[in-house]
Amino acid sequence: MNSRLITTTEAVDPVFMFLFGACLLLLVGITAAMLFFIVRFHRSRAPRPTSTADNNLWLEIVWTALPTILVLAMFYYGWYGYLALRRVPPDALPVTATARMWSWSFSYPNGATSPKLFVPVGKPVRVELVSLDVIHGFFLPAFRVKRDVVPGMKNHVWFVAPKAGSFDLFCSQYCGTAHSSMISTVEALPEAEFAAWLKQGSSTTATRPDGRKLAQEKGCLGCHSLDGTPGVGPAFKGLYQSQVEVMRAGKPLTVTADEAYLKESIRQPEALIVKGFQPIMPADPDLTDEQLEALVEFIKGLK
Amino acid sequence: MSHIQQPQTSFWNDTGKTGITSWIFSTDHKRIGLLYFYSTFGFFLVGVLLGLLLRIELMAPGRTIMGPQTYNALFTVHGVVMIFLFIIPGFQGSFGNLVMPIQIGARDVSFPRLNLFSWWIYMIGAVVILTSLFTGGGPPDTGWTFYVPFSSRTGTNVSLAVLGVFIIGFSSILTGLNFVTTIHRLRAEGMSWGRLPLFVWSLYATAWVQILATPILAITLVLVAAERLLGTGLFDPATGGDPLMYQHLFWIYSHPAVYIMILPAMGVISDIIPVFSRKPIFGYKMIAFSSIAIAAAGSLVWGHHMYTSGMSDTAILVFSFLTFIVAIPSAIKVFNWVSTLYRGSISLEAPMLFALTFILLFSIGGLSGLILGAAATDIHVHDTHFVVGHFHYVIFGGSGFAFFAAMHYWLPKFYGRRYAEKPAILAWALMFTGFNITYFTMQLLGMQGMPRRYYDYLPEFATLNLVSTVGSWILAGGLLIMLINLFRGLWWGPPFEGNPWGGATLEWSIPTPPPTENFIEEPLVTHGPYDFKGTGIP
Ligand code: HEM
Ligand SMILES: [Cu+2]
Ligand SMILES: [Cu+2]
Repeated sequence: MNSRLITTTEAVDPVFMFLFGACLLLLVGITAAMLFFIVRFHRSRAPRPTSTADNNLWLEIVWTALPTILVLAMFYYGWYGYLALRRVPPDALPVTATARMWSWSFSYPNGATSPKLFVPVGKPVRVELVSLDVIHGFFLPAFRVKRDVVPGMKNHVWFVAPKAGSFDLFCSQYCGTAHSSMISTVEALPEAEFAAWLKQGSSTTATRPDGRKLAQEKGCLGCHSLDGTPGVGPAFKGLYQSQVEVMRAGKPLTVTADEAYLKESIRQPEALIVKGFQPIMPADPDLTDEQLEALVEFIKGLK
Repeated sequence: MSHIQQPQTSFWNDTGKTGITSWIFSTDHKRIGLLYFYSTFGFFLVGVLLGLLLRIELMAPGRTIMGPQTYNALFTVHGVVMIFLFIIPGFQGSFGNLVMPIQIGARDVSFPRLNLFSWWIYMIGAVVILTSLFTGGGPPDTGWTFYVPFSSRTGTNVSLAVLGVFIIGFSSILTGLNFVTTIHRLRAEGMSWGRLPLFVWSLYATAWVQILATPILAITLVLVAAERLLGTGLFDPATGGDPLMYQHLFWIYSHPAVYIMILPAMGVISDIIPVFSRKPIFGYKMIAFSSIAIAAAGSLVWGHHMYTSGMSDTAILVFSFLTFIVAIPSAIKVFNWVSTLYRGSISLEAPMLFALTFILLFSIGGLSGLILGAAATDIHVHDTHFVVGHFHYVIFGGSGFAFFAAMHYWLPKFYGRRYAEKPAILAWALMFTGFNITYFTMQLLGMQGMPRRYYDYLPEFATLNLVSTVGSWILAGGLLIMLINLFRGLWWGPPFEGNPWGGATLEWSIPTPPPTENFIEEPLVTHGPYDFKGTGIP
């Protein structure tokens, strides 16, 4: 772009300034008037009221009209700033953010995926928001953007990182037990570095997947611990070949956690529910058979 | 008092019976009012304890006293208790019942038995909600908004909690019907619409909101239960449903519901400020009219809770515009209250202090509401602690402090005993300070980007969270002093007689505590509610 791109922060912050300024003015005005009247007309100073005025048409008109103008101005600036958040620059880099309980995954047009959102500095990014289960919220405080990630809906946001660095990415819509740890970051890299990362990111995914890394990236470890501590889901440690009490189609039974059991539990989490846990684990339709193998191998190794 | 005092039994010992049944089966509006007062205020205290636990957990990052699932259940229960068991039924049920019939010169409400029935429904609903905490999959963990598809999938006891809220809805609708009928039909001779105390006006506006909006909540909750139990799939996209439809339905009720919470509070303030300023309320007509305007226009702004949901930009444009329009009548009220002080003779007794604090805290909450109403700025602060700060300013700083004002103003009238003034003011000072420390920091945290419903947070938010938690202890200390002082006074304090504050509304013209029949003979109203000439006070 030739004319410098207005960042989302630059679009929203002046609106904040205007609104806070106006609000502060009103608040100070109201408080000062109140305090002044309380002091000046305190019963110790004003033993009886010196007025019985109970209305004044002009005053009422003035203090209806002035706030009306003020709030209309606020409305207008608010709307104007919002439009900037919706107008995606045409050359924006498309990235898809996939949210699930309770992790983020970002995928790039060349097939690279990452648990962190890597972006090039100075280049606008358009993020398509996909949810695999419940509603989440994609929130970047540093860039003043937020949009709910609604299952079945195609929402998007855009932003541009003006400088290199790492910025918080939160889930803003409450989504269950680990909502507050559904955190990632935006990693803004200089363009050349980003290009290199993107190339390498797409090539590693082609090689044989690493189970531990997958468990981390896919968010499994948000609920399943590696050291045996109980979490939202059963711990991975010592799971393989153990006896598990489960409910299948409403009936209790005890099964051995063999390879078939692990695979079914990952592919169709709702089919078998371990006693004492909630049926909340989402399936991941993007999981390839190769990745499934890697995950199962990884879990088998955790004795 | 001008008329002759005939010996009359107060409503406390009219029947000669004193047992619990003389209360829980009483159809006297004053007894029902006290039943509501103790039950709703009791739930308020439960809610406060839960709130304090939440704040302790947030005192430092990481686990402090509980795990994430417990935290999520606690904020849900805190929200449900405060909203559905305290503030929505609280004002209408307690002070509406205690004071409104007397203020319009009536013996009782139009349907006294229905009134008792409403309280019973409320209690049954409350018991169902409490049961949901200890049975089935455990306390609901959805937040008080029950958003789908999370609420239709979670294994916790959402269905039962939703049933409880559904039942309580009927109590709200019936009270609304009862009050509208009473205000239309039972006004004493001379009590024209232009002479109604503003508290009655606000109850009238509120009652209409209750009647018209609550059925929508009821239907929405039935649909959530159907979603869970029958898998109807109306809201879950996995079955072709639309989660945004739920949000629309929920907020079509729940935005108007914030007016059920705030309008009676505004009414209380409009009654108290003139009395302690010894001056008629400024702009009676504007205040009465703005109550109706808020109730009417407020039913069209629900979409401002959904700017980030993926709703169309056109809808955001319209809802943002309407939201700003509703701000105008609230601003007018604030200006009128402040002008009432001008050239009055102001006495800063406890009810007045709480009432003035209402104006300040409600203004802060209302102004931060403008930040949330503007589309650009809402995007940043939506679903953050800014919102948590905002609604506590409005509901707690606003309605809650007005509730305390009403407690100090009216309860002595019904008990015939009074609290001590100095501890009341100390309690007020602590609560005011603690309140601002607790909730202003939340607004700052929200500006920095800390989301709400957050069990844990990054280290950058640690300092302000600690400050907020310390604030909540100061607040709780003040509350404790207020409770001890108030109830000790009401039960054992010195007598409270006549019309010490010089109110001109009808409740101050009858004996203290009021007799069962309220009035010896039907009163003839000859002056307005804020005409202090006849009160015998210089
Ligand atoms: C000492 C008093 C109180 C304290 C310390 C307190 C504290 C809190 C805290 C820490 C949260 C949760 C923040 C989060 O993680 O999102 C919360 C939520 C909430 N509070 Fe309070 N609060 C108090 C009084 C009240 C009152 C009086 C009301 C209303 C009448 C109220 C209504 C709510 C509601 C509706 C929520 C939202 C629950 C949800 O997110 O579903 N609170 N409060
Ligand atoms: Cu979340
Ligand atoms: Cu609203």
